[in-house]
Amino acid sequence: MMACKKCSSSPVFRLSGGEKLCKQCFTDYFEGKARKTIRQFGMLEDNDNVAVALSGGKDSTAVLNILHRMQQRNKNFRLFAVLIDEGISGYRPETIKSAKAFCKKNSIPLRIYSFKQHFGLTLDQMMKKTRLIPCSVCGVLRRYLINKAARELKATKLVTGHNADDESQVIIMNILRGNNEASARLGPITGVVRDKKFVVRVKPLYFLLEKEVTAYAFLNGLLDKLNECKYAHESYRGEVRDMLNTMEARHPGTKTGILNSFIEILQLLKQKYKAKGAVGSCRLCREPSSGDVCKACDIIRQLKG
Amino acid sequence: MKAYIERDDKTVEVQGKTVKDVLEKLKINPVTVIVTRNSEMITEDAELKKSDSIRILSVVSGG
Repeated sequence: MMACKKCSSSPVFRLSGGEKLCKQCFTDYFEGKARKTIRQFGMLEDNDNVAVALSGGKDSTAVLNILHRMQQRNKNFRLFAVLIDEGISGYRPETIKSAKAFCKKNSIPLRIYSFKQHFGLTLDQMMKKTRLIPCSVCGVLRRYLINKAARELKATKLVTGHNADDESQVIIMNILRGNNEASARLGPITGVVRDKKFVVRVKPLYFLLEKEVTAYAFLNGLLDKLNECKYAHESYRGEVRDMLNTMEARHPGTKTGILNSFIEILQLLKQKYKAKGAVGSCRLCREPSSGDVCKACDIIRQLKG
Repeated sequence: MKAYIERDDKTVEVQGKTVKDVLEKLKINPVTVIVTRNSEMITEDAELKKSDSIRILSVVSGG
Protein backbone atom coordinates (compact mmCIF):
# COMPACT_ATOMS: atom_id res chain seq x y z
CA MET A 1 0.00 0.00 0.00
CA MET A 2 1.54 3.29 -1.10
CA ALA A 3 1.91 6.18 1.35
CA CYS A 4 0.19 9.58 1.33
CA LYS A 5 1.21 11.44 -1.81
CA LYS A 6 1.98 14.60 0.12
CA CYS A 7 3.60 13.51 3.38
CA SER A 8 4.26 9.71 3.34
CA SER A 9 1.92 8.99 6.27
CA SER A 10 -0.52 6.11 6.13
CA PRO A 11 -3.25 6.87 3.53
CA VAL A 12 -6.96 6.86 4.35
CA PHE A 13 -8.50 8.05 1.09
CA ARG A 14 -7.93 7.60 -2.63
CA LEU A 15 -9.05 10.53 -4.80
CA SER A 16 -10.75 9.80 -8.12
CA GLY A 17 -7.50 10.79 -9.88
CA GLY A 18 -5.70 7.97 -8.01
CA GLU A 19 -3.69 10.01 -5.46
CA LYS A 20 -3.84 8.69 -1.91
CA LEU A 21 -3.93 11.01 1.08
CA CYS A 22 -3.58 10.64 4.86
CA LYS A 23 -6.15 12.04 7.27
CA GLN A 24 -4.55 15.49 7.60
CA CYS A 25 -3.73 15.90 3.91
CA PHE A 26 -7.22 14.75 2.91
CA THR A 27 -8.80 17.26 5.33
CA ASP A 28 -6.55 20.01 3.90
CA TYR A 29 -7.46 18.96 0.34
CA PHE A 30 -11.20 18.93 1.15
CA GLU A 31 -11.31 22.27 2.96
CA GLY A 32 -9.01 23.81 0.35
CA LYS A 33 -11.31 22.74 -2.46
CA ALA A 34 -14.38 24.20 -0.70
CA ARG A 35 -12.50 27.48 -0.07
CA LYS A 36 -11.39 27.57 -3.72
CA THR A 37 -15.02 27.17 -4.86
CA ILE A 38 -16.06 29.99 -2.51
CA ARG A 39 -13.34 32.25 -3.99
CA GLN A 40 -13.86 31.19 -7.62
CA PHE A 41 -17.55 32.01 -7.60
CA GLY A 42 -17.39 34.95 -5.16
CA MET A 43 -19.70 33.14 -2.75
CA LEU A 44 -18.78 35.22 0.29
CA GLU A 45 -18.11 38.93 0.64
CA ASP A 46 -16.88 41.07 3.52
CA ASN A 47 -19.53 41.72 6.19
CA ASP A 48 -21.82 39.00 4.87
CA ASN A 49 -24.33 37.65 7.36
CA VAL A 50 -24.13 33.96 6.49
CA ALA A 51 -26.90 31.48 7.25
CA VAL A 52 -26.10 27.80 6.86
CA ALA A 53 -29.10 25.57 6.15
CA LEU A 54 -28.36 22.86 8.70
CA SER A 55 -30.11 19.49 8.78
CA GLY A 56 -27.77 17.71 11.18
CA GLY A 57 -26.71 15.38 8.35
CA LYS A 58 -23.18 15.00 7.04
CA ASP A 59 -23.31 17.49 4.15
CA SER A 60 -24.67 20.51 5.98
CA THR A 61 -22.60 19.79 9.11
CA ALA A 62 -19.45 19.50 6.95
CA VAL A 63 -20.06 22.83 5.22
CA LEU A 64 -20.89 24.52 8.53
CA ASN A 65 -17.66 23.12 10.01
CA ILE A 66 -15.62 24.56 7.12
CA LEU A 67 -17.24 28.00 7.39
CA HIS A 68 -16.79 27.98 11.15
CA ARG A 69 -13.07 27.26 10.70
CA MET A 70 -12.80 30.01 8.07
CA GLN A 71 -14.54 32.42 10.40
CA GLN A 72 -12.19 31.59 13.26
CA ARG A 73 -9.26 32.58 11.07
CA ASN A 74 -10.82 35.65 9.53
CA LYS A 75 -13.81 37.21 11.25
CA ASN A 76 -15.03 39.31 8.32
CA PHE A 77 -18.42 37.62 8.16
CA ARG A 78 -21.08 36.57 10.67
CA LEU A 79 -22.25 32.98 10.81
CA PHE A 80 -25.34 31.21 12.10
CA ALA A 81 -27.32 28.07 11.33
CA VAL A 82 -30.99 27.62 10.41
CA LEU A 83 -32.75 24.30 10.75
CA ILE A 84 -36.15 23.42 9.32
CA ASP A 85 -38.13 21.00 11.49
CA GLU A 86 -40.65 19.43 9.11
CA GLY A 87 -42.11 17.28 11.86
CA ILE A 88 -41.03 13.81 10.71
CA SER A 89 -41.21 11.41 13.63
CA GLY A 90 -38.43 8.86 13.98
CA TYR A 91 -36.08 10.99 11.88
CA ARG A 92 -35.96 14.70 12.55
CA PRO A 93 -35.72 14.65 16.39
CA GLU A 94 -32.42 12.72 16.16
CA THR A 95 -30.92 15.07 13.59
CA ILE A 96 -32.05 18.12 15.60
CA LYS A 97 -30.18 16.65 18.56
CA SER A 98 -27.01 16.31 16.44
CA ALA A 99 -27.39 19.84 15.04
CA LYS A 100 -27.91 21.35 18.50
CA ALA A 101 -24.90 19.51 19.92
CA PHE A 102 -22.64 20.64 17.06
CA CYS A 103 -23.74 24.28 17.30
CA LYS A 104 -23.41 24.33 21.09
CA LYS A 105 -19.92 22.82 20.98
CA ASN A 106 -18.79 25.41 18.43
CA SER A 107 -20.78 28.38 19.81
CA ILE A 108 -22.70 28.85 16.56
CA PRO A 109 -26.16 30.45 16.93
CA LEU A 110 -28.90 28.07 15.77
CA ARG A 111 -32.46 29.06 14.82
CA ILE A 112 -35.14 26.44 14.28
CA TYR A 113 -38.22 27.06 12.09
CA SER A 114 -40.92 24.42 12.05
CA PHE A 115 -43.65 23.44 9.59
CA LYS A 116 -46.05 23.17 12.54
CA GLN A 117 -45.39 26.74 13.62
CA HIS A 118 -45.49 28.27 10.12
CA PHE A 119 -47.99 26.11 8.23
CA GLY A 120 -50.05 24.81 11.17
CA LEU A 121 -49.27 21.15 10.43
CA THR A 122 -46.28 18.83 10.67
CA LEU A 123 -45.28 16.89 7.53
CA ASP A 124 -46.57 13.72 9.23
CA GLN A 125 -49.98 15.39 9.73
CA MET A 126 -49.96 16.68 6.14
CA MET A 127 -49.33 13.19 4.78
CA LYS A 128 -52.47 11.91 6.49
CA LYS A 129 -54.51 14.44 4.52
CA THR A 130 -53.10 14.10 1.02
CA ARG A 131 -51.93 11.70 -1.64
CA LEU A 132 -49.27 14.16 -2.81
CA ILE A 133 -45.73 12.75 -2.82
CA PRO A 134 -44.11 13.61 0.55
CA CYS A 135 -40.77 14.63 -1.02
CA SER A 136 -42.57 17.09 -3.35
CA VAL A 137 -44.57 18.67 -0.50
CA CYS A 138 -41.53 18.78 1.78
CA GLY A 139 -39.24 20.15 -0.96
CA VAL A 140 -41.55 23.07 -1.80
CA LEU A 141 -42.35 23.95 1.83
CA ARG A 142 -38.77 23.55 3.02
CA ARG A 143 -37.35 25.79 0.26
CA TYR A 144 -40.09 28.36 1.01
CA LEU A 145 -39.48 28.36 4.74
CA ILE A 146 -35.68 28.35 4.64
CA ASN A 147 -35.74 31.39 2.34
CA LYS A 148 -38.25 33.18 4.54
CA ALA A 149 -36.22 32.33 7.66
CA ALA A 150 -32.95 33.48 6.11
CA ARG A 151 -34.53 36.77 5.05
CA GLU A 152 -36.22 37.37 8.42
CA LEU A 153 -32.89 36.72 10.14
CA LYS A 154 -31.26 39.24 7.78
CA ALA A 155 -28.95 36.75 6.11
CA THR A 156 -27.15 38.04 3.03
CA LYS A 157 -26.12 34.52 1.94
CA LEU A 158 -27.71 31.14 2.45
CA VAL A 159 -25.21 28.28 2.37
CA THR A 160 -26.38 24.76 1.54
CA GLY A 161 -24.53 21.45 1.73
CA HIS A 162 -25.27 20.36 -1.86
CA ASN A 163 -22.41 18.25 -3.19
CA ALA A 164 -21.18 17.11 -6.62
CA ASP A 165 -23.39 14.02 -6.52
CA ASP A 166 -26.57 16.00 -5.76
CA GLU A 167 -25.91 18.48 -8.53
CA SER A 168 -24.78 16.02 -11.22
CA GLN A 169 -27.87 13.89 -10.52
CA VAL A 170 -30.22 16.86 -11.02
CA ILE A 171 -28.39 17.98 -14.18
CA ILE A 172 -28.79 14.51 -15.72
CA MET A 173 -32.41 14.19 -14.51
CA ASN A 174 -33.24 17.52 -16.21
CA ILE A 175 -31.51 16.41 -19.43
CA LEU A 176 -33.36 13.09 -19.45
CA ARG A 177 -36.65 14.93 -18.92
CA GLY A 178 -35.79 17.61 -21.49
CA ASN A 179 -36.14 20.33 -18.86
CA ASN A 180 -33.41 22.88 -19.58
CA GLU A 181 -35.43 25.62 -17.94
CA ALA A 182 -35.05 23.87 -14.57
CA SER A 183 -31.30 23.51 -15.19
CA ALA A 184 -31.04 27.27 -15.76
CA ARG A 185 -31.88 27.64 -12.05
CA LEU A 186 -29.02 25.37 -10.95
CA GLY A 187 -25.32 26.10 -10.42
CA PRO A 188 -22.94 26.95 -7.55
CA ILE A 189 -24.80 30.22 -6.85
CA THR A 190 -28.54 30.66 -7.31
CA GLY A 191 -31.16 33.33 -6.68
CA VAL A 192 -28.79 36.20 -7.57
CA VAL A 193 -31.00 38.32 -9.82
CA ARG A 194 -34.47 36.80 -9.66
CA ASP A 195 -36.00 38.74 -6.79
CA LYS A 196 -34.91 40.81 -3.80
CA LYS A 197 -36.92 38.52 -1.56
CA PHE A 198 -34.73 35.57 -2.52
CA VAL A 199 -31.65 35.22 -0.35
CA VAL A 200 -28.67 34.27 -2.55
CA ARG A 201 -27.90 30.56 -2.16
CA VAL A 202 -24.35 29.27 -2.40
CA LYS A 203 -22.94 25.72 -2.49
CA PRO A 204 -19.29 25.51 -1.34
CA LEU A 205 -19.30 21.68 -1.64
CA TYR A 206 -20.33 21.90 -5.30
CA PHE A 207 -17.23 20.11 -6.64
CA LEU A 208 -16.83 17.64 -3.74
CA LEU A 209 -18.12 14.10 -4.18
CA GLU A 210 -20.54 12.57 -1.68
CA LYS A 211 -17.90 9.96 -0.84
CA GLU A 212 -15.42 12.75 -0.06
CA VAL A 213 -17.98 14.58 2.11
CA THR A 214 -18.65 11.37 4.05
CA ALA A 215 -14.92 10.74 4.49
CA TYR A 216 -14.38 14.32 5.71
CA ALA A 217 -17.30 14.01 8.14
CA PHE A 218 -16.03 10.65 9.42
CA LEU A 219 -12.41 11.81 9.81
CA ASN A 220 -13.46 14.96 11.65
CA GLY A 221 -15.96 13.33 13.98
CA LEU A 222 -19.00 14.87 12.27
CA LEU A 223 -20.61 11.65 11.07
CA ASP A 224 -23.49 10.56 13.18
CA LYS A 225 -25.22 7.25 12.83
CA LEU A 226 -27.04 6.66 9.57
CA ASN A 227 -30.34 8.44 9.72
CA GLU A 228 -32.79 7.95 6.94
CA CYS A 229 -35.99 9.88 6.34
CA LYS A 230 -38.93 7.48 6.28
CA TYR A 231 -40.42 9.27 3.28
CA ALA A 232 -37.26 9.07 1.14
CA HIS A 233 -38.14 7.08 -1.94
CA GLU A 234 -36.98 9.13 -4.86
CA SER A 235 -37.10 6.32 -7.39
CA TYR A 236 -36.18 8.38 -10.46
CA ARG A 237 -33.31 10.14 -8.71
CA GLY A 238 -32.27 6.77 -7.29
CA GLU A 239 -32.00 5.31 -10.79
CA VAL A 240 -29.92 8.26 -12.00
CA ARG A 241 -27.76 8.06 -8.87
CA ASP A 242 -27.07 4.36 -9.42
CA MET A 243 -26.25 4.95 -13.07
CA LEU A 244 -23.81 7.75 -12.25
CA ASN A 245 -22.19 5.70 -9.47
CA THR A 246 -21.66 2.82 -11.90
CA MET A 247 -20.14 5.22 -14.43
CA GLU A 248 -17.98 6.88 -11.76
CA ALA A 249 -16.61 3.50 -10.63
CA ARG A 250 -15.77 2.50 -14.21
CA HIS A 251 -14.70 5.94 -15.40
CA PRO A 252 -13.46 8.04 -12.45
CA GLY A 253 -14.11 11.73 -12.98
CA THR A 254 -17.53 11.26 -14.63
CA LYS A 255 -19.43 13.41 -12.10
CA THR A 256 -16.84 16.20 -12.19
CA GLY A 257 -16.98 16.06 -16.00
CA ILE A 258 -20.75 16.58 -15.91
CA LEU A 259 -20.38 19.59 -13.58
CA ASN A 260 -17.60 21.20 -15.64
CA SER A 261 -19.56 20.79 -18.88
CA PHE A 262 -22.63 22.21 -17.20
CA ILE A 263 -20.80 25.26 -15.81
CA GLU A 264 -19.63 26.04 -19.37
CA ILE A 265 -23.18 26.23 -20.73
CA LEU A 266 -24.93 27.57 -17.62
CA GLN A 267 -24.71 31.26 -18.62
CA LEU A 268 -26.29 30.45 -22.00
CA LEU A 269 -29.14 28.65 -20.26
CA LYS A 270 -29.62 31.56 -17.85
CA GLN A 271 -29.76 34.04 -20.74
CA LYS A 272 -32.25 31.94 -22.65
CA TYR A 273 -34.64 31.53 -19.73
CA LYS A 274 -34.07 34.97 -18.15
CA ALA A 275 -37.43 36.45 -19.18
CA LYS A 276 -39.30 33.52 -17.73
CA GLY A 277 -37.35 33.91 -14.50
CA ALA A 278 -39.04 37.21 -13.64
CA VAL A 279 -41.12 36.81 -10.50
CA GLY A 280 -44.00 38.61 -8.85
CA SER A 281 -45.49 38.13 -5.41
CA CYS A 282 -47.94 35.55 -4.16
CA ARG A 283 -51.25 37.29 -3.45
CA LEU A 284 -51.72 35.27 -0.25
CA CYS A 285 -48.33 35.44 1.47
CA ARG A 286 -46.45 38.13 -0.55
CA GLU A 287 -43.49 35.77 -0.94
CA PRO A 288 -41.90 35.60 -4.43
CA SER A 289 -43.95 33.59 -6.92
CA SER A 290 -44.09 33.17 -10.68
CA GLY A 291 -47.85 32.58 -10.48
CA ASP A 292 -50.77 34.32 -8.77
CA VAL A 293 -50.42 32.00 -5.76
CA CYS A 294 -47.07 30.45 -4.80
CA LYS A 295 -46.56 26.67 -4.72
CA ALA A 296 -46.35 26.63 -0.92
CA CYS A 297 -49.68 28.43 -0.43
CA ASP A 298 -51.23 26.22 -3.10
CA ILE A 299 -50.18 23.09 -1.18
CA ILE A 300 -51.37 24.49 2.16
CA ARG A 301 -54.74 25.45 0.61
CA GLN A 302 -55.16 21.90 -0.68
CA LEU A 303 -54.24 20.43 2.70
CA LYS A 304 -56.52 22.65 4.71
CA GLY A 305 -59.31 22.16 2.17
CA MET B 1 -13.18 -11.95 8.18
CA LYS B 2 -16.25 -10.12 9.43
CA ALA B 3 -17.76 -7.23 7.50
CA TYR B 4 -20.49 -5.08 9.02
CA ILE B 5 -22.69 -3.51 6.33
CA GLU B 6 -24.24 -0.43 7.90
CA ARG B 7 -26.99 0.17 5.33
CA ASP B 8 -28.42 -3.33 5.87
CA ASP B 9 -27.45 -3.38 9.56
CA LYS B 10 -25.96 -6.85 9.21
CA THR B 11 -22.60 -8.56 9.63
CA VAL B 12 -21.39 -11.07 7.07
CA GLU B 13 -18.45 -13.47 6.89
CA VAL B 14 -16.39 -12.78 3.77
CA GLN B 15 -12.88 -13.45 2.45
CA GLY B 16 -10.64 -11.22 0.35
CA LYS B 17 -7.04 -10.02 0.18
CA THR B 18 -7.98 -6.37 -0.08
CA VAL B 19 -10.93 -4.06 0.57
CA LYS B 20 -11.53 -3.99 -3.19
CA ASP B 21 -11.83 -7.83 -3.26
CA VAL B 22 -14.31 -7.80 -0.38
CA LEU B 23 -16.49 -5.10 -1.96
CA GLU B 24 -16.50 -7.00 -5.26
CA LYS B 25 -17.58 -10.19 -3.49
CA LEU B 26 -20.37 -8.34 -1.69
CA LYS B 27 -21.36 -6.60 -4.96
CA ILE B 28 -20.94 -3.17 -3.38
CA ASN B 29 -19.85 -0.27 -5.61
CA PRO B 30 -16.75 1.29 -3.93
CA VAL B 31 -17.96 4.76 -4.95
CA THR B 32 -20.93 4.38 -2.58
CA VAL B 33 -19.10 3.47 0.63
CA ILE B 34 -16.20 4.22 2.94
CA VAL B 35 -14.57 1.35 4.82
CA THR B 36 -13.10 1.40 8.32
CA ARG B 37 -11.00 -1.03 10.39
CA ASN B 38 -10.50 -0.44 14.10
CA SER B 39 -12.27 2.92 13.65
CA GLU B 40 -9.67 4.02 11.06
CA MET B 41 -10.64 4.67 7.47
CA ILE B 42 -8.79 2.51 4.93
CA THR B 43 -8.32 2.70 1.15
CA GLU B 44 -9.53 0.10 -1.34
CA ASP B 45 -6.09 -1.44 -1.81
CA ALA B 46 -5.56 -1.90 1.96
CA GLU B 47 -4.62 -5.52 2.66
CA LEU B 48 -6.85 -7.48 5.00
CA LYS B 49 -6.23 -10.38 7.39
CA LYS B 50 -8.63 -13.20 8.17
CA SER B 51 -8.91 -11.93 11.73
CA ASP B 52 -9.93 -8.40 10.63
CA SER B 53 -13.29 -6.83 11.29
CA ILE B 54 -14.30 -4.09 8.89
CA ARG B 55 -17.24 -1.68 8.71
CA ILE B 56 -18.76 -0.65 5.39
CA LEU B 57 -20.47 2.73 5.72
CA SER B 58 -22.83 4.05 3.07
CA VAL B 59 -22.14 7.52 1.70
CA VAL B 60 -25.59 7.96 0.17
CA SER B 61 -27.85 10.46 1.94
CA GLY B 62 -31.22 9.30 3.04
CA GLY B 63 -33.21 12.50 2.82
